[in-house]
Amino acid sequence: MGVIKKMLRAGLLATVSGVSLLAVSAPGAYATGMPQLDFANPLVTGQVMWGAVIFFVFYMVLSKAMLPGIARVLEDRSKRISGDLEIARAAKQDADKAVAELQQARKDAMAEAQAHLDQVLAEEHKAAEQQMQEINARVTAEIADAEKRVAEEKTRALSALKEIASDTTQAMVQRLTGIVPDAQLVAQKVESASAHSTI
Amino acid sequence: MAGGSSINVLEQFELHPVLGGLGEALRFSQSPLYMIMAVCVVLMFLYMGMRPAAVVPGRLQAAAEVCYEFIHNMAVDTIGPEGTAFFPFIFTLFFFILAGNYIGLLPFSFTFTSHIAVTFALAMMVFVLTVIVSLKVQGLRFFAHFMPEGASPFLAPLLIPIEILSFLSRPVSLSIRLFANMVAGHVMFDIFASFVIMLAGFGVVGDVFAVGPIAINVALMALELLVGVLQAYVFAILTCIYLREAVAH
Repeated sequence: MGVIKKMLRAGLLATVSGVSLLAVSAPGAYATGMPQLDFANPLVTGQVMWGAVIFFVFYMVLSKAMLPGIARVLEDRSKRISGDLEIARAAKQDADKAVAELQQARKDAMAEAQAHLDQVLAEEHKAAEQQMQEINARVTAEIADAEKRVAEEKTRALSALKEIASDTTQAMVQRLTGIVPDAQLVAQKVESASAHSTI
Repeated sequence: MAGGSSINVLEQFELHPVLGGLGEALRFSQSPLYMIMAVCVVLMFLYMGMRPAAVVPGRLQAAAEVCYEFIHNMAVDTIGPEGTAFFPFIFTLFFFILAGNYIGLLPFSFTFTSHIAVTFALAMMVFVLTVIVSLKVQGLRFFAHFMPEGASPFLAPLLIPIEILSFLSRPVSLSIRLFANMVAGHVMFDIFASFVIMLAGFGVVGDVFAVGPIAINVALMALELLVGVLQAYVFAILTCIYLREAVAH
């Protein structure tokens, strides 16, 4: 109990007195009132002088060295972030451009293929039509040829028929009448008879 | 302890020369010593934090950057675009006071912000700075601020002295606010700590009840941590507000 009390007392004594461990001697209080208001004490006013010097040094070190250093770090960071953002934005733009180019190329290729297809189709169409025309022409020519041949044959046959008719008429007349008719007259009669009736 | 039996709660604010006669001759007490320590702690924190200068900050660097950005935003948001010029000053002021308040919370240490001479010197520095900036930016129009715009000229004899008085009381209120807060906090610590010793004199029952003041002191420590940063912030933000008035056209 006593020991604890003594220890507490000693601890409190040290705390309450608040004397810096570096203070070698404590010459005691200068006044009985508040020590802060004892302006006769040179140490009280001395604080102002020393405080001014210390504050000035503190201010100089901070404003010349420390704070610009921190500002630089912060500025570097914001610069780097904005730079990275810029790069990302540029990359996105490039990608967008590439996509657009790709789409354009696809569209172009499609258009080209379509054009090619159309051309081929048109060519085929034309070729087929031409072939058809050729065939038609040939067939027409052949038909015309054949018709001509038929007509020739017909004419020949008809001319032969007249001959036969004349010969037959001559022979029949000769047999019936016993007179040999004039060949020219017979031919004329056959001619006129055949002119009345068409075969 | 003065007198041995009674507890002098003001004794903690006494100044003692450091290094004996040399300190006495140079008027160097423990108060400037703690100022140097506070400054060194802040500079070490910033130096260690910003040494990697990494793009992706570690914990300490992030903390140092938060400190920078907090004060920078406060200065620029409050003062305006001119705030960047005053930012190092506000930063110095805020961290000088904050480190002083916090180092003073360590056992056996000394709180230099509990001395009116120190706080008044800081407040006068701010006051003189604002007056100089005002005169530089506004010229003689600065004195027109002592007559509020739109007020009746008949009220001038009343208003102008009031405005001048309120302007001159700025450094007083600025310094006493910080000084009184720090003194009150440390006196409270001392009083509740002394209760523990008093209760210890009542035997076992006293020992049991002594837990109360100790618990209160723990709570007070939390409060003082808040007060320490709050008072530094108030000092800095009021400085910013005064400077905004000074740079306003």
